[in-house]
Amino acid sequence: MDNWSLVSMCVLLGLTTRWAVSFNSYSGASKPPMFGDYEAQRHWQEVAYNLPVHEWYLNTTDNNLSYWGLDYPPLTAYHSLLCAYVAKLINPAWVELHTSRGYESSSHKLFMRTTVLIADILLYIPAVFLYCFYLSNGSSKKKVATALCILLYPGLILIDYGHFQYNNVSLGLALWGVVGLGSGWDLLGSLAFTLALNYKQMELYHSLPFFCYLLGKCIKQGLVGRGLFLLLKISLSVLATFALCWLPFLSEPQQVLQVLHRLFPVARGLFEDKVANTWCSLNVLIKIKTLLSRDAQLLLSLALTFLFVLPSSIKLLTKPTMWQFKLALVNSSLAFFLFSFQVHEKSILLPALPVCLLMNELPLMATWFLLVSTFSMLPLLLKDGLLLPYAVTSLAFLFLCVYLLSALHRSSQELHLGSCYNLTRGCLSARNFSLLVKCAFGISMAAMAVLSTASAALEPPARLPDLFPVLVSIFSCMHFLASLLYFNFVQLTEPPSRRGQKKTN
Amino acid sequence: MASPMNSDSGWFLALALGVSFIKCLLINAYHSTDFEVHRNWLAVTHSMPVSKWYYEATSEWTLDYPPFFAWFEYGLSHVAAYFDKEMLVVRNLNYASPATVLFQRLSVIVTDVVFIYAIKEFNSWSCAIYRCCKCLREDKGKELLWKPSFILATLLLWNFGLIIVDHIHFQYNGFLFGVLLLSVARHFQSKTDGSVHWKSFSPFRFVVLGSIVLTTFALSFGPFIALGQIPQVLSRLFPFKRGLCHAYWAPNVWALYNIVDKVLSMLGVKLGMLDINKLPKATMTGGLVQEFQHTVLPSVSPLVTLICTLLSILPALFHMWYRPSGGRGFLRCIVICALGSFMFGWHVHEKAILMAILPLSWLAVEHREDARTFLILSTTGHFSLFPLLFTAQELPIKILLMLLFTIFSFTSLKKLFRGRLVSSVEATYLLGLIPLAVICELVYPLTPWHHTLPFIPLLLTSIYCALGVTYSFIRLYISLLTVPSTTSKGKCQ
Repeated sequence: MDNWSLVSMCVLLGLTTRWAVSFNSYSGASKPPMFGDYEAQRHWQEVAYNLPVHEWYLNTTDNNLSYWGLDYPPLTAYHSLLCAYVAKLINPAWVELHTSRGYESSSHKLFMRTTVLIADILLYIPAVFLYCFYLSNGSSKKKVATALCILLYPGLILIDYGHFQYNNVSLGLALWGVVGLGSGWDLLGSLAFTLALNYKQMELYHSLPFFCYLLGKCIKQGLVGRGLFLLLKISLSVLATFALCWLPFLSEPQQVLQVLHRLFPVARGLFEDKVANTWCSLNVLIKIKTLLSRDAQLLLSLALTFLFVLPSSIKLLTKPTMWQFKLALVNSSLAFFLFSFQVHEKSILLPALPVCLLMNELPLMATWFLLVSTFSMLPLLLKDGLLLPYAVTSLAFLFLCVYLLSALHRSSQELHLGSCYNLTRGCLSARNFSLLVKCAFGISMAAMAVLSTASAALEPPARLPDLFPVLVSIFSCMHFLASLLYFNFVQLTEPPSRRGQKKTN
Repeated sequence: MASPMNSDSGWFLALALGVSFIKCLLINAYHSTDFEVHRNWLAVTHSMPVSKWYYEATSEWTLDYPPFFAWFEYGLSHVAAYFDKEMLVVRNLNYASPATVLFQRLSVIVTDVVFIYAIKEFNSWSCAIYRCCKCLREDKGKELLWKPSFILATLLLWNFGLIIVDHIHFQYNGFLFGVLLLSVARHFQSKTDGSVHWKSFSPFRFVVLGSIVLTTFALSFGPFIALGQIPQVLSRLFPFKRGLCHAYWAPNVWALYNIVDKVLSMLGVKLGMLDINKLPKATMTGGLVQEFQHTVLPSVSPLVTLICTLLSILPALFHMWYRPSGGRGFLRCIVICALGSFMFGWHVHEKAILMAILPLSWLAVEHREDARTFLILSTTGHFSLFPLLFTAQELPIKILLMLLFTIFSFTSLKKLFRGRLVSSVEATYLLGLIPLAVICELVYPLTPWHHTLPFIPLLLTSIYCALGVTYSFIRLYISLLTVPSTTSKGKCQ
């Protein structure tokens, strides 16, 4: 009985925070002619409702792809269609072909925000609680505390309920995938992840760990016999799900190619705008974009991504446990974020989700990473007029994690830095080492506070108009690179047989 | 390693910070005309000389709080100058720039520090009483979430009514209530047992108390007495021309009186005993603030309400005078007086229910019966505040926060007193609030009557809640008169 009341209070707190953030502005508000992501989502509802399926991804007179053409997989389009049906019932003017372009009103905003909230209630929030209660350790109060911290992660709230997107759908489905795999329901888990993949193609960042984990599990069960059977079952169900989602487009191979072309715009270059990955940061010193040809850029990015993803994936393949799986999710998505092609700053949410899942075991590092990830999106948030919710939710999250998870009361052993500490044992005691880490954390927080205030309050010098976004990007990139090293270290240095193994799998 | 949830020091700060963060997130929520009221008062006190404060009428929202509040606004206006000077111009009616909104909202959040401090003091005073005797409601040995001090702090800090009235609708009740709470706590902190003995009464103490009260009044009203403006000030403070009930009827006795009058008049018309042409049309339900007359039952004048109010609180006052029972008895008396004034007062605003709910929280963590009364009063009282936030955008917020508070109060008090608190009838009544909310918020706006009879949902809410509030009032009196005299039990209070 106690648990239910605590869980419901956490859910209510999470929903209240989300809805309160939604009072603020959204991307592209009152900014014709292009507006922003909010208008893009509204436009997709218009397209999905009024045009036949085979025209959704094509450039036609009715569907001008240069005005927010669909660039997510079909499931997003189906979701938009569903929302459009409801919109039509309430106010047809919202999805009228052509004439509804740039439609803005308070009731429409309410409708759009409600669709995000419903997706959260149906998909993301149940997954979070299922994960915390069935796949994490500790007392029930600890589990509820972890769930509350995950629910109040600022990055996802600000992007979904501020900027306006539906990341909670794809991340929620991915989380269902993790829950499924962790509970031993491999088929359902892979099904959920396939749906996530068909909602946003960025979920490919998570796909390698899913693949390696399942393959590793099949191999462990013996490639001749049960393992093979499992492998076949999973492969068939994944293929079937793909086929089902892409069914309307499978009639012509041209269609499939066109959709893929929209999903992976390789022509757009290594990066756009300021993003906290290596290419953008490197570009400050060495102008890669002009030095290398587009094909060379593509190859370089592919090679480096592959290089950084490989160790983690191989380790997972040899040892498919939940702990390894979660770490591999972080490492894979972080490597993709840092080295891949055409990465947007919002893609940091993809590593952020698995890091949320590590909050129980690595509270300090997880909190640190999650705060930096929110900070890395500051330029975007400032553009959308979300300074106030950003400041409040970040401070609240920091305080909540430090208090509820006693993030600062961790010894170096709990920081999983065993071997690393051994290297420095000569000069530092255990206590001093963890003290050093905590000091670094404090300095990092202070630096973020200063940079945030400066970005919001000060005008950049005329010679360097992009000074603050660049500083934010470089700062975040340094942190992300360090996180990549740290999480890889934790994953790769795990001894073959861990005593006190986590209970799952 | 001890989880922080069990440590003594951090939880109060966590609760206070948590609710403050929520308040900060609500900065951009809907605000009512009270926002403009306070902006106007900032402007009037800043730009006009003191002699003009209670005469200024450029805006329709004239100064109608006593002088100390005017001085408070005057103090705030100096800080306001750093945010946006334009808000201090009296002629800038309905001025609401982002800086203005930020400043006003922050002023409520920051002044709530007084409220938070008062709760801390109040809690430590309560704990001091517990430590001196083996009372039932001990803090020790209990898990944090079910300690009385934790529950009380949460019930006060996270009070739903206070959050939506202060931080969405816009008012300064938290700060004012904090001052009240501090005065209660300070008064009893000097006495270890919290009792007031008749024997210790002396003319000297009476004179000292009296002079303190008189000096305070003198400081507050002094300048206006000197300027000879007292009649004007009083007419602004007590606007009797506004009618027996507010545009939205507060759920008190007069709301029930009004509806009985309406029903009787409709019956009278149906049975042919009254002439429909002689009846005034839609006077009380028109949603306007004005004086009106009842049709069947006798009309009620301000004097009648005063007499009724006094009659309702006199028994409690006498009880406290002749059978003093320390801090608890004093608080019980405060609750009854507040509720009595709410029930029978003239032109009562529904927000006044908070004056009864907040002190009752302390009694609720003490006695089982008071917990039961608290659950009924707080749930119905908070629900009666729903019509204050009528915008669609705020609907989820008020439902979510109401659920949060209600779930917490029910589960924590149930755990504290081990077992069911409310009877089946009471539970059914409270559950009836859910269909009422669905009808008023979701169903009715979709019907054609929404435009012709917009007052119906307010009427339904008011009447339904008036039943609960009246019932709580009766329960409080019964518990007052049946609680055995505590002086015979020694020092334990």
